Amino acid sequence: MTAPAASVGPWSRRATWTVRVLGLGAALSVAATVWLGLWVTPPDQVQRNLVRLVYVHPPIAWVALYLAFGVAAVSSVLWLWPRTRSPFWDRLAVSAVEVGIVFTALTLITGSIWGRPTWGVWWAWDARLTSTALLLVLLLGYMAIRRVPADGDARARRCAVVVLVSAVDVPIVHFSVDWWRTLHQGATVFNANLSPTIHGSMAWTLLLGFVAFTLLFAWMLAVRYRIEVLWEHVEETELDVALHERWAEGSLPIATVPDGRAATVPDGRAAAVPDGRAAAVPDERGAVTAVPDEPAAVVAVPAEPVA
Amino acid sequence: MWRDTVLVAGKDLRIELRSRVVLNQVVPVAVIMLVLFAFALGPDDAPLVQAAPGLFWVAVLFASVLAVQRSVVVESSDGARDGLRLSGLDPAGVFLGKVAAVAVQLVALEVVLSAGVVVLYGAHVRSLGALVVSCLAGTAGLAAAGTLYGALAAGMRARETLLPFLFLPVAAPVLLAGTRAWQVAMGTAAASPGDPWLRLLVVFAVVYLALGVVVFGPLQEAS
Repeated sequence: MTAPAASVGPWSRRATWTVRVLGLGAALSVAATVWLGLWVTPPDQVQRNLVRLVYVHPPIAWVALYLAFGVAAVSSVLWLWPRTRSPFWDRLAVSAVEVGIVFTALTLITGSIWGRPTWGVWWAWDARLTSTALLLVLLLGYMAIRRVPADGDARARRCAVVVLVSAVDVPIVHFSVDWWRTLHQGATVFNANLSPTIHGSMAWTLLLGFVAFTLLFAWMLAVRYRIEVLWEHVEETELDVALHERWAEGSLPIATVPDGRAATVPDGRAAAVPDGRAAAVPDERGAVTAVPDEPAAVVAVPAEPVA
Repeated sequence: MWRDTVLVAGKDLRIELRSRVVLNQVVPVAVIMLVLFAFALGPDDAPLVQAAPGLFWVAVLFASVLAVQRSVVVESSDGARDGLRLSGLDPAGVFLGKVAAVAVQLVALEVVLSAGVVVLYGAHVRSLGALVVSCLAGTAGLAAAGTLYGALAAGMRARETLLPFLFLPVAAPVLLAGTRAWQVAMGTAAASPGDPWLRLLVVFAVVYLALGVVVFGPLQEAS
């Protein structure tokens, strides 16, 4: 058994800076959106202060439904295409899906917050709402498949197919629910009220909102990608590390000190025995005998008399 | 491809004929569902008649999960999946064959269920043709999407719980369109010009059949 595989190096200097600039830009632009949206822009004539949610909800929905899902779909197709197949696309897809789940959930939550005072209900069986909720369920299904242990290639293949099927299904659901409503009963919630004419500071704030959340998405995507790389590394090396630690436990002597803790642990964590597990009983000569209370505990060999 | 389709469908149906799992277990479960729905909504006839199309399709949806699971289980023992891959059959043919087998079983189940809806709920059938056509289109879609997800979940741990989680939301349009089509056919809703629901069912079936033909080969390699 060889030593753990080469460790994953830190990000390159350029990548680190890019991500930092992205993160800083996202933080600043989100802060500016909040400031403009809450304090600078005027309340709407019809919707009063509720209109302020417009600076947040559509940008979040744009990120969730188009950016995140789009990135996931494109990278899944690129993974499935033999010529462009590379682990990069799989990692990018899972990153986009996971960030997308956050934004899809936020879309539904902000929509509900807006819908309650405006429509009087938290939820309506509208085509957009229903297909967004379905998208959330499909993305959660993706993560469920992702968590099932499998070797990398098979897992990537399954996940890519799931994204592909979802990409086909969401439009079908959208249209079917749309027909369902319009053919069943007229659309009662989405009326002319919903599209107020936006101008001046409101339009600029909304535009800034789109930029801010797009930046935020890019930053989260980059960070999540990095986590995926590290996660793969952990999965690869976990067993090696555990084996090495176990070997270290067996081969090295462990002296116990009178307060019941095990000492001389090779690297400080390999064979740490919790308090009280190995009860140390000092005898008259000052030597220490450890009494293991369960088979897994290491039998202590007193290396040196403890003063 | 078509020859392979017939071979695989014949094999699956022969296994079903000999084991009778779908007939003896899945069909009774679907009938029990009808009875349970009646307990939940009855005992008056009016709400049951009103809800009959939706209840029928919900029962079909859940039964199709069971049928697909059965279709996956058939391949899971004795290295049958590897055997299927080694046999040199066209993956598209294997997919279509499994879809056909599931669809035939589902159609048989739907016959029993629709008889149950008429007898137990007292629903009236206004247009038998529309009923049958929408049933066939919806069944093809359900079988295609189900077999696709069945292949996806095959060989995975926690397959039994994962399959409904993945498959039921995807099958939602079938429930929606099938219910509307049946409401029209049973006379509880007015018909819309051009049968949009039937068209939706056909589009769903065609899309998932095409998708399955394309991705079933790569999926087989993954399991």
